[in-house]
Amino acid sequence: MAHSYTPGLTVTDQTVVRRVRQLPLQGTVLVKEGDLVQATQSVARAELPGKVYPLNLANQLGVAPGEIKEYLVKREGETVHKDEVLAENKPFFKWLKTEIRSPITGTVESISLVTGQVLLREPPRVLNLLAYVDGLVVEVRPQQGVTIECACSLVQGIFGIGGEAHGEIVVAVEGPDRPLMPDRLTAEMKDKVVIGGSFLPAETMAKAKEIGVAGLVVGGIHDQDLRALLGYDLGVAITGSEQVGFTLILTEGFGAIPMATKTFALLSARAGAMASISGATQIRAGVIRPEVIIPLKEKRLPATRSADRAREGIQLGDLVRIIRDPLFGQIGRVSALPSELRKIPTESEVRVLEVQLDDGSTVVVPRANIEVIEGA
Amino acid sequence: MTGPASNDPPTPRPLRVVVATDCGSTTTKAILIEKIGDEYRQTYRGEAPTTVEAPFEDVTRGVLNAIAEIEELSGRKILDGDRILTPCKDDKTGVDLYISTSSAGGGLQMMVTGVVQNMTGESAQRAALGAGAIVIDVLASNDGRLPHEKIERIRTMRPDMILMSGGTDGGAVTHVVEMAEYIAAAEPKPRFGATYKLPLIYAGNKAAQGQVKTILGEKTALVMTENIRPVLERENLGPARHKIHDLFLEHVMQQAPGYKKLMEMTGAPIMPTPAAVGLIMETIAKREHINLIGVDIGGATTDVFSVFDGTFNRTVSANLGMSYSVSNVLAEAGLANIMRWVPFTIDEQTLRNRIKNKMIRPTTIPQTLDELQIEQAIAREALRLALIHHKSLATALKGVQQERTISDVFEQQTSGKTLIDMLKLDLIVGSGGILSHAPRRVQAMMMMVDAYEPLGVTRLSVDSIFMMPHLGVLSTIDEKAATDVFVRDCMIYLGTCVAPIGQGKVGDRCADYEIAFPDGRVVTDHLKFGDLRLYPLGVGEQATVMVRPMKRVSCGAGPGTPVTKTVHGGVVGLLFDGRGRPLQLPADQQARISLLTAWDQAVGLYPSSEDVASSRRTDSR
Repeated sequence: MAHSYTPGLTVTDQTVVRRVRQLPLQGTVLVKEGDLVQATQSVARAELPGKVYPLNLANQLGVAPGEIKEYLVKREGETVHKDEVLAENKPFFKWLKTEIRSPITGTVESISLVTGQVLLREPPRVLNLLAYVDGLVVEVRPQQGVTIECACSLVQGIFGIGGEAHGEIVVAVEGPDRPLMPDRLTAEMKDKVVIGGSFLPAETMAKAKEIGVAGLVVGGIHDQDLRALLGYDLGVAITGSEQVGFTLILTEGFGAIPMATKTFALLSARAGAMASISGATQIRAGVIRPEVIIPLKEKRLPATRSADRAREGIQLGDLVRIIRDPLFGQIGRVSALPSELRKIPTESEVRVLEVQLDDGSTVVVPRANIEVIEGA
Repeated sequence: MTGPASNDPPTPRPLRVVVATDCGSTTTKAILIEKIGDEYRQTYRGEAPTTVEAPFEDVTRGVLNAIAEIEELSGRKILDGDRILTPCKDDKTGVDLYISTSSAGGGLQMMVTGVVQNMTGESAQRAALGAGAIVIDVLASNDGRLPHEKIERIRTMRPDMILMSGGTDGGAVTHVVEMAEYIAAAEPKPRFGATYKLPLIYAGNKAAQGQVKTILGEKTALVMTENIRPVLERENLGPARHKIHDLFLEHVMQQAPGYKKLMEMTGAPIMPTPAAVGLIMETIAKREHINLIGVDIGGATTDVFSVFDGTFNRTVSANLGMSYSVSNVLAEAGLANIMRWVPFTIDEQTLRNRIKNKMIRPTTIPQTLDELQIEQAIAREALRLALIHHKSLATALKGVQQERTISDVFEQQTSGKTLIDMLKLDLIVGSGGILSHAPRRVQAMMMMVDAYEPLGVTRLSVDSIFMMPHLGVLSTIDEKAATDVFVRDCMIYLGTCVAPIGQGKVGDRCADYEIAFPDGRVVTDHLKFGDLRLYPLGVGEQATVMVRPMKRVSCGAGPGTPVTKTVHGGVVGLLFDGRGRPLQLPADQQARISLLTAWDQAVGLYPSSEDVASSRRTDSR
């Protein structure tokens, strides 16, 4: 049966995650089922075909496309070095000689007598696919990749930028409501995952880059600072390939918003542990959230602890975060789930729920405007 | 097993009950259509999250959930486990037909190629868009990119399909063969899975078919069809569009999770959602002999459809939308353009953060009036930009030699002129959450009027609950059923907008008018620049309007020339828009806010502050 479902973010000290590691094209898997792997270890390898460079020899030699074979020094499939002669004419007068040299080192892929083009291809590039998390190889798909299972503490963020990284967790602020100011960052934080509180100003981003921190996990940032960091206005939330010097994960959203107490407490409790983080976010179909994965010592946990299972809707007592103004960022527990539609100030009639906030007050919020903090 | 419960061979039988679904990116929407007396009506609807993605990875789960909701509401038994009971057995069991459209998993994503960008490149783009695709890139010999950049681009994109065009029949083959060589070198991979070949349709110069086959025959699932531009003066998009639909079903749908099962369940081929919407738009335009613009503004994309003098066009603005793409509307329109529609002040940082928070939590809804006003301001800009995009592609053919006459000395026209003539426009049809679910219907009407700035006399409507896709596919089986439901349950006529063209100082006289209402009442008044006036004129009612514009103002017939027209009512009524065309807002913030507030009050756009206060009191109880 259909039900009202609000996807939430998981924040839990013990769970089991599976991460699929897939090569972009067929290659070799380097591990086998049952192997224990480290986050920084290669689990599969592939050769990415090199870039292709077309050269229109007919135009450059001033001959008809069908005639270029007569001028070629190299044949299809042959290796060619940068600046090596690919084709040349043999004029009666030496000073009229034209030599076409290869712009790259690679191979002659094809020669077209219709267009007069020669396609050159650079040598393949080796791609090593890392495990990303410490864990157990539970599935091998020959030539394609593996699935790794990891018993861990898990914090899902709402938005991030930058790719996968790995480093020790360091907490740089006293509490979840404290902004991460530049003076909180020190040279010892190089290659580490730094936990901030409510807000990350632009100056701290600059200092993090300078020091070379691996990642920053904070409650919120201003959109203007993100724009300055990226150099453009992000239009659609599909991220993960940015290269800004570090991986950034927001746990709450845009603005200065205290990190959820539970999230901050969990990350603080795991300070000193190694974490795998990823800023990749995709809000559209096939949702991907940024994440902090901190492996546990135990390699297996009961299956019911899995964070990948689907939820069955909102329930009384659920810990929720309000995700829209005017109460954006507030956290409380669901105290009532009235079934009838309620008219809100916009005059829309919507399904609502009641949330009891930490100070004991109760507020009415559209169901669409809350997010369950999963793993609570 | 999934599939129709009956294995009887399909025999033509009267349709009494139809269940239709649209599998969207996030929600699968099901509707039940029943024959009541002599006419078809949409009776129940249900919806459920779409289940294309993990952990379900089977689109039919969402379909069955949405249909189960209809079962619950209607009391009709439609499902037998995972099967749809067909045909209809009695008043409470089964349906005669199940049909579906789909845009799940990002819809049909295509890359198109041509030789000259604004000739065959655009023709290929129009063919793909008309078939319901999202065009992720247009490659052309003269697109300014270097050859290796083109190859890199083809390699990194993972389209569902490629459409290749280029050259007129019998013309030079070199450029189109060159493009085939680039595609072969890139070895493009399809989006879903690496185990099958990428479908590629060749619809270019037929003289190059042999060479294209040699180059691409092994590397792609190559299909040949007629040239989309056999001669410069004529486009022939039909055959390529049909091939796109065939390959969509044969290849793309087969790879998407659960679609094989879904295809077995349906009684008619699954259509891409925009193709079905386009079909219903074309059907309305043909039936009513009108020119229309239809818009479907969604969370991620905005589709615009138009039919002018029988020519159908569709465009999709892939990154203009109200949730996933909301931040991109801000990036493309700019903050100032959005703020000009907001009747209060707000600092840039707060607004930017709010928009980004909507982007990362796209399913949230405005809870306060100012949030609603901001969303509707963004919608105006998304609608406006999508129409600009549409106008640029819905054009007469470019590169065509034109015969010049003496009149051209006075009115120079270039080839490739847009087909969208707002003065000839009869009807605007709006669809999508922000328009269909606006708390007040007048809000939907004003969003479209502000964004499109209709000229002269234009009728407006909205789709009640987004059922145009379902009706589009139904129209391929039973046009009467589709038309009945469309007229009675789908279209909500908002009313008519009368907008004189010209500009003047606020308060100056713009036009005189006379309205003869159906009850015999006659209203005579004059419209001033800066005025908005709304007269009640109900659904199904008609009135005769005579507008006498001032000397430098036109109402479609030329400056100062009176116009008399029959206008249709709707749930909002008859709107006289004296704000001038093009519509201009004061640069001064305070002046702009007070003008916006006056307009809001003139048409009852938003609840008054007393209404809001009273609603808050109710809320806190």
